[in-house]
Amino acid sequence: MINIQSLTFSYKPGRPLFENLNLQLQPGHIYGLLGKNGAGKSTLLKQITGLLFPDAGKVEVFGEVASERNPSFLQDIFLVPEELYLPKVKIKQYLATRACFYPNFDHKAFAAYLKEFDIPQHQYLPEMSYGQKKKFVISFALAANTRVLVMDEPTNGLDIPSKSIFRKLIAGTLTDDKCIIISTHQVRDLDNLIDSIVIIDNHRIIFREAVETVTDKLSFKVVPQLNPAETVLYADSNLRGHAIVTPNQHQEHSRIDMELLFNAVLSNRQSIQEIFN
Amino acid sequence: MEFKDTQAIYLQIADYINEQILLGKWQAEEKIPSVRELAVTLEVNPNTVMRTCELLQQQEIIANKRGIGYFIQSDAVKKIIAAKKAAFISNELPQFFRNLYLLDMTLDDLKPYYATFRQNKLNGHEN
Repeated sequence: MINIQSLTFSYKPGRPLFENLNLQLQPGHIYGLLGKNGAGKSTLLKQITGLLFPDAGKVEVFGEVASERNPSFLQDIFLVPEELYLPKVKIKQYLATRACFYPNFDHKAFAAYLKEFDIPQHQYLPEMSYGQKKKFVISFALAANTRVLVMDEPTNGLDIPSKSIFRKLIAGTLTDDKCIIISTHQVRDLDNLIDSIVIIDNHRIIFREAVETVTDKLSFKVVPQLNPAETVLYADSNLRGHAIVTPNQHQEHSRIDMELLFNAVLSNRQSIQEIFN
Repeated sequence: MEFKDTQAIYLQIADYINEQILLGKWQAEEKIPSVRELAVTLEVNPNTVMRTCELLQQQEIIANKRGIGYFIQSDAVKKIIAAKKAAFISNELPQFFRNLYLLDMTLDDLKPYYATFRQNKLNGHEN
C-alpha cells in the first residue's frame, strides 16, 4: 500500500536525513514508527503524505506518487500532525468547509467520536485546550475514513481517560483495507494496538517486523539475577531486577516490551539482525 | 481489562474468553462478541484478537460459522477445565506444595480454609 524506494532527502545540503531509505507497508495493520529525536520520524510521515518531496527515490501510496498530490491521493490519506494549526471557526464551519474533501467522510461517526471524547458540538476551535484540539482532529481524521491514516504523536496531550478512548476508537476503525501509521515515544500508551514495528535510525529503516515475529524470535522477561550462561541481547537493570531481551530458545510466549526492543535494536543491531535474517 | 506484563497479549485474551465461559457469562452454543467488539472492549489490535480466536478454534473451544462469527462449542467448559487443570498441576502446584512443606503444613490443615472459601463462593461473595 505504501512503497518507499531509495528515498534520499536532506533539509540542508550535505547533511542527508534519509539515504536510500526503503519501506513497504501493507493494509490491515497498525504500524508503530519509532526513532530517537531528530531521526526523521515526522519528516518521513510528511514524505508519505506529500507534504515534503524526495531529493531522489520515490514515495508511492496505493500506486500514486505522493509528491504529485493528486486529488485521488489526497482524499484517501490523512495526517494528524503533532502541532495543530486550526482556523478561527466553530466545529460546524470547519466541517462544512473541510469534510467535503473526503468522499467517505462519516458525519454520524464524527458526532459519535466527539461525544466519546466529551467535546461539545458547538465549540469555537481557538477556545479549546491543546488536548481538546487534539481530540477534535483525531475525531475528524477517523471520520474521514481514509485508507491511509498517519498520526504523529497522537497521545501527546491526551489525559488518561482520553487515551483509553483513543485506543478503543483506533481498535474499532482498523479494517483489512486500511493502513494506520503512528509515530510515538509513548509506546506504553499504544503497545497493544501496534501490530508491526518500524524503527528509523541513521538515515534508514533499520528494523521492520510484526510483533508476532518479534515474540517468536525474542523473549522479554524480568529476572532477579543475570545468568552468565544465557545470551542477553539487552538488559535494563532496576529495582525490580533485570529486564532482559534474549533469543527465544524455549518457545516462550512473552509479551513484547517495545521500549526494551527499541533499546536492544539501537544498541545491539548486528546480533538482532542476525536473529531476524 | 488490566494486562499482565509477562505473557503474550493474545494468550491473556484467550484466558479472558475462557473465564467468561467458565463463569457462565457466555454460554455454550452461543455466539461470542465479534473480533471488532472484543478489540474495542480490550483496547487491543483486532489482529491480536484474531490470533486468539484461531488458537481457541484449534483447541475446539470455539468454532467459526462462516459469515456469522465464533460460537462456543457444546463441550467448551469441559475442555477449558481439563486444560486449566493440567496447567495448574504443572505450573502452580509445585510452588504451592513447596510452601506447605516449608511451613510444615499438611493437606488436612487446609481443609477448614478451603471450606470457608467454598462457603463464601456459594454465598456469592467475591474472591
